[in-house]
Amino acid sequence: MNTANRATMMLETPFHSRVKELCQINDWGNWMGFTTPNAFFDVELEYFAVRSTTGVFDLSPMNKYRITGPDAEAYLNKMVTRNVSKIGLNRVGYTVWCNDAGQVMDDGTIFRLGPNDFRLCSYQRATDWLLWCAMGFDVSISDETDHLAALAVQGPTSCTTLTQMGLHDLNTLKPFGMREYDFEGEKLMISRTGFTGDLGYEVWVSPERAEPLWDQLFEAGRDYLIKPFGSYALDIARIETGFIQAGVDFVPAEEMVRPGRTRSPFELGLDWLVDLEKPLFNGRKSLIAEKEKGSRYRFAILNIDGNKPADHSFILKGDQQIGTVTSAAWCPTAKSNIAFAQLEMPEGGVGQEYVAEIYYQRELHWTRVLAPCRVLDGPIFNPKRRRQTPAIPH
Amino acid sequence: MNTYDAIVIGAGHNGLTNAAYLAKAGLKVAVLERNPYIGGATVSRELHEGWYYSNCSYVCSLLRPEIARDLELPRHGLQVVPFGGGATFMRNGDHLGSYFDHDRFYREIARHSKRDANAYDRYTADVTKQTRLIRPFLMRTPPDPTSLRPRELLELANFAKAFLNMGEEGLADTIAFWTKSVADYLNEYFETDVLKAHLGGSGIIGTALGVYSPGTAYVLLHHYMGDVDGNVGAWGFARGGMGAVAESISKAFRSYGGEIICDANVDEIIVKGSKVRGVALKNGDEYLAPIVVSNLDPKRTFLDIMNEKDLPSSVIKKASNFKIRGSSGKLNIALDGLPVFHGMDPKSPLMAGDLHFTDSLERQERAYDDWKNETWSKDPYLDMMIPSLTDPTMAPPGKHMMSVFVQYAPPKINGEDWTAEDKAGFEKTVIDQISNYSPNFRDLILHCETRTPKDIESEVGLTEGNIFQGELTFDQLLFNRPFPGYAQYRGPVTGMYMCGSGTHPGGGVMSAPGANAAREILRDLNKPNTVPGGYADD
Amino acid sequence: MTDFDAIIIGGGHNGLVCAGYLAKAGKKVLVLEARSVPGGCAATNEFVPGFKVSNCAQWLYQLSPAIIKDFKLKSHGLSFAAENLATIALDASENHLRISGDSLEGAGISSEDHENFRVFRRKMRKYAKLMQSAYEARPPKLVEHDWRDKFTMAKLGLGMKGLGKDDMSDLMRLILINIFDVMNETFASEQLRAALALDAVIGTPMGPRSPNTVFTYLHRFFGETQGFTGVSQVAGGLGALGDALSQSVTALGVEVRCNQSVTSINKTHDKATGVTLASGENLSASMIVSSADPVTTFRTLLGYSNVETGFARRIEHIRTKSGTAKIHLALTALPNFKGLDEAALKQRLIIAPTMNDIERAFNALKYDECSDHPALDISIPTLNDPSLAPPGQHVLSAIVQYAPHSPKAGWDSLRETFLDRVIGEIERYAPGISDLVCGKELLTPSDLEADFGMTGGNWHHGELTMDQVLMTRPAHGATQYRTPINGLYLCGAGSHPGGGLMGLAGKNAAQEIIRLGDAA
Repeated sequence: MNTANRATMMLETPFHSRVKELCQINDWGNWMGFTTPNAFFDVELEYFAVRSTTGVFDLSPMNKYRITGPDAEAYLNKMVTRNVSKIGLNRVGYTVWCNDAGQVMDDGTIFRLGPNDFRLCSYQRATDWLLWCAMGFDVSISDETDHLAALAVQGPTSCTTLTQMGLHDLNTLKPFGMREYDFEGEKLMISRTGFTGDLGYEVWVSPERAEPLWDQLFEAGRDYLIKPFGSYALDIARIETGFIQAGVDFVPAEEMVRPGRTRSPFELGLDWLVDLEKPLFNGRKSLIAEKEKGSRYRFAILNIDGNKPADHSFILKGDQQIGTVTSAAWCPTAKSNIAFAQLEMPEGGVGQEYVAEIYYQRELHWTRVLAPCRVLDGPIFNPKRRRQTPAIPH
Repeated sequence: MNTYDAIVIGAGHNGLTNAAYLAKAGLKVAVLERNPYIGGATVSRELHEGWYYSNCSYVCSLLRPEIARDLELPRHGLQVVPFGGGATFMRNGDHLGSYFDHDRFYREIARHSKRDANAYDRYTADVTKQTRLIRPFLMRTPPDPTSLRPRELLELANFAKAFLNMGEEGLADTIAFWTKSVADYLNEYFETDVLKAHLGGSGIIGTALGVYSPGTAYVLLHHYMGDVDGNVGAWGFARGGMGAVAESISKAFRSYGGEIICDANVDEIIVKGSKVRGVALKNGDEYLAPIVVSNLDPKRTFLDIMNEKDLPSSVIKKASNFKIRGSSGKLNIALDGLPVFHGMDPKSPLMAGDLHFTDSLERQERAYDDWKNETWSKDPYLDMMIPSLTDPTMAPPGKHMMSVFVQYAPPKINGEDWTAEDKAGFEKTVIDQISNYSPNFRDLILHCETRTPKDIESEVGLTEGNIFQGELTFDQLLFNRPFPGYAQYRGPVTGMYMCGSGTHPGGGVMSAPGANAAREILRDLNKPNTVPGGYADD
Repeated sequence: MTDFDAIIIGGGHNGLVCAGYLAKAGKKVLVLEARSVPGGCAATNEFVPGFKVSNCAQWLYQLSPAIIKDFKLKSHGLSFAAENLATIALDASENHLRISGDSLEGAGISSEDHENFRVFRRKMRKYAKLMQSAYEARPPKLVEHDWRDKFTMAKLGLGMKGLGKDDMSDLMRLILINIFDVMNETFASEQLRAALALDAVIGTPMGPRSPNTVFTYLHRFFGETQGFTGVSQVAGGLGALGDALSQSVTALGVEVRCNQSVTSINKTHDKATGVTLASGENLSASMIVSSADPVTTFRTLLGYSNVETGFARRIEHIRTKSGTAKIHLALTALPNFKGLDEAALKQRLIIAPTMNDIERAFNALKYDECSDHPALDISIPTLNDPSLAPPGQHVLSAIVQYAPHSPKAGWDSLRETFLDRVIGEIERYAPGISDLVCGKELLTPSDLEADFGMTGGNWHHGELTMDQVLMTRPAHGATQYRTPINGLYLCGAGSHPGGGLMGLAGKNAAQEIIRLGDAA
């Protein structure tokens, strides 16, 4: 096989040798072109590692961009909906960004590494849009995806494990804060962030330090029952805690083909990320107009009776179809059957009750259930330990 | 007495499709074919022992699935097999591979430019918007915008609605897409020459325009609007060569009681009292029918087999002005083995796809300059395939059949007919270009059939060898195809119809013109319609 | 309080016209012109001591008579040295073709072609008339049209139907195709075809075979609806038009300041508030109207950082290529063109022997090269207006198709070669002319860009292609003279209906601004 061919093969993350070793059931998936485990040994048990001990997830395939230069802050302020100026040094902010029509292209996190030095992590690839946005700004943008290895270390014992590994005083790190430690002659960056809604951290090192990091982490966490987890377990955790995902819960705006299929931040329940007071950002005009005119849809977290996951279900009000489910899961910790839905306005107010039309199959027999459901006022899983500082050792 | 309900002139795929639907409606139909074999430009011919050449059209995507299914073409032997990928070879020894697998294609483009690889998703979405706009109209008769009849106004409103649904911004993009050059269009998305060249080729195939000419972005769309098994934009081979398409339609036609008469060279459509009466052959035979449908291109139809006195002078003028230009040539090559290409794994799926050797839009445009100067391109754009990598019936085991479509070749060289030396020079140009990227290619050639536009014209009857039966520029599309006032398949004489690719929606082995024409004929006869409607895109 | 009601960026003819109409509506208007004289592309320059020439645009053939009347330009000094000149297509064997209105002379034109020409022009006049109803109004939106737009659309629709079935369907065919095919369909004389084809491509980066050139032909032909049956020459050079306009609007109360280069358009939130000058001075106004081209307006003056990204991307994609250069020669005596007398030399002379010659000249442009044999549109203005040169001496000015904006080899190394090449082309028809040259100047597209601030050196502030004309000019989000920024408007050639010294963009913009002002 020649080099050109090899370059088109699926990629392996810097942790691959270690991940492969622990991937006992050999169940692999494709995440952004990287060979990543769907599950390591048992989806359910992996999920519970996150909720009761420490779970480790390889998030190296996440797209990472470095934005530097005199206009870096102004640039990001124009690109994203929230006010980046309010993200302090060594702080992280979750945000979305829109096209001119105020439709969401993607969500991600912004790490402020310096006054005009940022890292943007996005689920979708963003090079093209980031460069278009750079017109008129004195910024430089580079794709760091291949230059940075990252692990999510999540769960109640995560702080203890990482402290055990030598990250002293980690318990003082506040949510959405970040900090640097020396590690193997280089800097390791750690942020108190994650996609599981639990106490947790994300650890960032150069690809060369990836294997030592993994080894030391698992060594440190052995007594705290550290376990790796794959994307199936992550999906349950993120639904339980109310995190949406591009391509699943909304169509990235610039990839839309059918008119009307995209969503605004308001329609995804992300009003709190939109700062209309900012003088200019992509989508502002349209979003102001939407505020005046009203949105077409409302994002709702539904608590559904019974235990049949409501994947791909229609949501009914009487005989009328008023929406569809985008993500659904039985949430083992909350012991609830949760779904994200897009409901036609004015439906979807907190406490409203509807019916989910669920189809499921057991032994080739298809059953249709009409399960009553209710709109929640927020994510069903939102533990105190997620926010507490100093982090409580469990 | 040779009397029929309808006569179709030309056994190309559209003629046969048209005839099949008329026969299905219970008409007594005869198809008259000049050649001893059927198919027109959809033929497979054994021109070297053991090798079958799809020696005109060579790939299949646009054939309307509604028709294939309705006429039960698979039962009549048609099998369309998709091929994976394709590649453009670069002068620096590298290439750009076009992989079917989305993620693999991303990584391949990213080898050349990460930005372009990322922009490709936006490009795909935007082009798909355009294909979704046009596809619903492929199986419909275009409305006449100058008419005030309710049916026309209703259909026109349908058209308008589809366009207005795009929204202010979407419609602005649509106008741009339909009128701008493929180069300008691609420049708005990409920075890499080879990627632009790879995609841009679809904007000039069969077209007497360059990649920098306004209007070529639409030609690209024309190549994207087909599908194989619902994969919009995918292309495939007909197993056994393109002749299998015509063969299967002819079987469907015969199953409805139709009759095909080969070696029947039509001299004239007989018109009496401004009504069609039938046709007269060159050998003096006459076939009578109140309906005559021409599968020939508009120039042939109106300037060749119709009598000037039977036609309004405006139609003669329109037919004379109809743009149907010879711009393409073809080489069909029997190979002793599989050629090896620089930097390409012989087992790569790219090998089974469309291969090209022009790695920049500028080179493609310069190829067009040669055509304007009435000579063949010295550095042509080739659309080369080895169908025997997908379809083993095309060549003996271990051997291969190669089809090389060449853009550009003019109908005449400096105003003169092609000479044998010209043809040899043309052949050498093409073989040299391929040899630059494949060291063993030349030695593998067992037989080469070289076809200039003139050859295609004299064999198939397409004026200047134009593969689309008329340029696919906006002035000759929709209600302007073949020309304004005659876009609804009806000719200027009662009982005379057109069903070739010169009519809406144009060429590319779609069979839609033939089917649409049949629907109009049946409407005029007050017969129940046998032609299926189009599938709606979801 | 703001310093002015309106600040107009650019004192070109559209900027001045817009300013004038706004002043008539009672607005306090300031025009800021970067050059030392008003007029923009309507300019005169002394390129060699004692020799003056219209150094950007060369002829007048589209200026709206309503504007001449509304601004009493004649009483402000506008006069024509020559009106409705004939076009003479030069022939190497002296068989020149003279085209004047509907009539053709010479070149052995057949009687069929004489008739074809009359029929062709009659048809073009019908189309130009239709175009007029679109050009003299705000262009409607494509989808989101209000009642005003619906009215314009209905008028256009009726106008289309009014053409009759044949002409209407022919228009739909012609509007997108190339002049090359139409000429071949219509005329037998290659000289005639080439002469008309040159009109279709002049000032554009297109060749006769480029689809879209029938539209550009019609765009030029539109001048006939404004009373021009041929090109006219302004006495004193086109700068006199700029002067007359400037004087007239000054009399209406407009303040015109020259040598005032605007460096930025200022805004707070969504509202334009003023401009900053190169001197550092800030001026405020409740509206800013830019007659600069859209790319300059948004990329340079406002800055892409101040508009949303999708819009910035659309502006960045506006095509502003030019293939047109100007050459000016100072001549010690009147040149001798073979087979032409002095009366003939007063006319518009063109060198474009065949359509294929023009097309081959165009081929070079595609690759950013200079034409080997450029096509030329020549004026010897001193014959109609001796004031432009010392007695007995002359100026020859020519529009040159095609020269690229940025040749691969760079203009520094090509300038002399290309000048000589153009003179060589003229020499073939006017032997000995090179011995008469006592001064010469070549203005390349990049020179025109630098001097007149037109992106790419494009005459029209943006190519006249189907996706950049009428309802979509200059780009989605900036149509109808409005921009995403409240209080910022466009009034230059980059807006509908485009360039050509017609003044309609300025006029339409002013009407729209006044209307919006009343609504607000």
